[in-house]
Amino acid sequence: MTGRLRLWIFVAGAAGLAAFVLWGLAGLPGFGRYPGPYGDIINRVAVAQTNATGVVSAVNFEYRGFDTLGEEFILFAAAAGIATVLRRLRGEHVITTRREALDRVAPPASDTVRAAALAATGPVIVLGWFLATHAQTSPSGGFQGGVLLTTAFVLIFLAGQVLLFRRASPADLTDVAGAIGAGGFAAVGVAAVIMGLPYLSNFLPLGGMPGAVTSSGTIALISFLVGLEVAAAFLLIVTELTDQALLVREGGR
Amino acid sequence: MGFLPFLVVAWVLVVGLYGIVTSRHLVHQIVCLIVVQSSTYVLLLAVGYRTGAVAPYFSDVPVHTPAVDPVVQALSLTDVVVEAAVTALLLAFAVQAHKRFGTLDPHELVQIKG
Amino acid sequence: MSGLVAVSTPYTVPAGLMDVLQAVLLVLVAAGATAVVLTRSPLRQVIVLSAYGLVLALLFLAFQAPDVTLSELAVGSVLLPALLLLTLGRIRRREK
Repeated sequence: MTGRLRLWIFVAGAAGLAAFVLWGLAGLPGFGRYPGPYGDIINRVAVAQTNATGVVSAVNFEYRGFDTLGEEFILFAAAAGIATVLRRLRGEHVITTRREALDRVAPPASDTVRAAALAATGPVIVLGWFLATHAQTSPSGGFQGGVLLTTAFVLIFLAGQVLLFRRASPADLTDVAGAIGAGGFAAVGVAAVIMGLPYLSNFLPLGGMPGAVTSSGTIALISFLVGLEVAAAFLLIVTELTDQALLVREGGR
Repeated sequence: MGFLPFLVVAWVLVVGLYGIVTSRHLVHQIVCLIVVQSSTYVLLLAVGYRTGAVAPYFSDVPVHTPAVDPVVQALSLTDVVVEAAVTALLLAFAVQAHKRFGTLDPHELVQIKG
Repeated sequence: MSGLVAVSTPYTVPAGLMDVLQAVLLVLVAAGATAVVLTRSPLRQVIVLSAYGLVLALLFLAFQAPDVTLSELAVGSVLLPALLLLTLGRIRRREK
């Protein structure tokens, strides 16, 4: 089957797909005319029921907490899958000291980039931590905070300090952090069951004012655990690929 | 304006699929897959949007202000992060394919037997 | 549709202005997606993808979704390009 023929078959198929998609979307109530009762009901009752003013995080970790648990485990499984696929094969070893890396010819890193990356690392960690622990107050939450925390570590890598980056994110510590995050989320649900409530109920005290830092019970706790797990999973992914790109060498040690 | 978001969704979907079908490099295909995934985020948010409404955060506006749908936002946000991890898994497969077969051309990879 | 706005907050933008912003960003997203697909070299595509992630994040902001904006910024403009560049670096190193 030649390339041209394949292209024409694709064009025919894509035209049909686009027609179906547009036909289906035309049956929706129209852009801007959101009718659905579900969103409005949640907007009305979420603050009163959970003392969380960030309704999206309340939905993520309270009303649809079980779905978030599933998504988090997808993340966990993807990180584990990458660690398996990129495992050390026979005939490869990882270098750990600067002397062994001299065979790599790399352009010298710009001083501006290195200084800017190292200077930005601290604020990004603080911002990521803030986002992960303040899910209930404002636009923040575990997922965003977690990816920002990973970005902070990537900044160390960008500053040219690959070996420091590897030492700062040892596989054991990342694995433990990820396990604590994922297992902790599931454990919070089980703790609710132990208390006689349905799985993943919000059993911690709801706190005083809506939107205060200590309000909303398990939402804040789960958000922090999710942030930990997301940061650990992405850090594991990045370090695996960094190893492959820069540190793995052929031939046994 | 009424139908523009949905037109854009369909366009991005078809363009991404075109990229996947006509690609000659596995990493290029993976990036086109990222584009296809992004069309679903736009669709989800467009479905939940309400004209003249604010974001569903009530720390500074009264609780009964008309707000957009928070459920689709919750879906999209976990979606973005999780699909990045799955894309990373695809990249790991691409690395292994390159190690074993020496090529990243999908047309050649298909013909390698064993 | 402006009859739905029962309360005027300090942040209310005239409804027409938000519509214009959304329309412009939607067109930019469509153009950006086309640019990403039509860039054949994976290395250049990564940079275009980073810019596309930024435009997409702005669109999400115009759709009143700040949380999705935060995720998309961190993931689409930083993490995914980093992973892609690492993969490309790995592949290029083997080809030497």
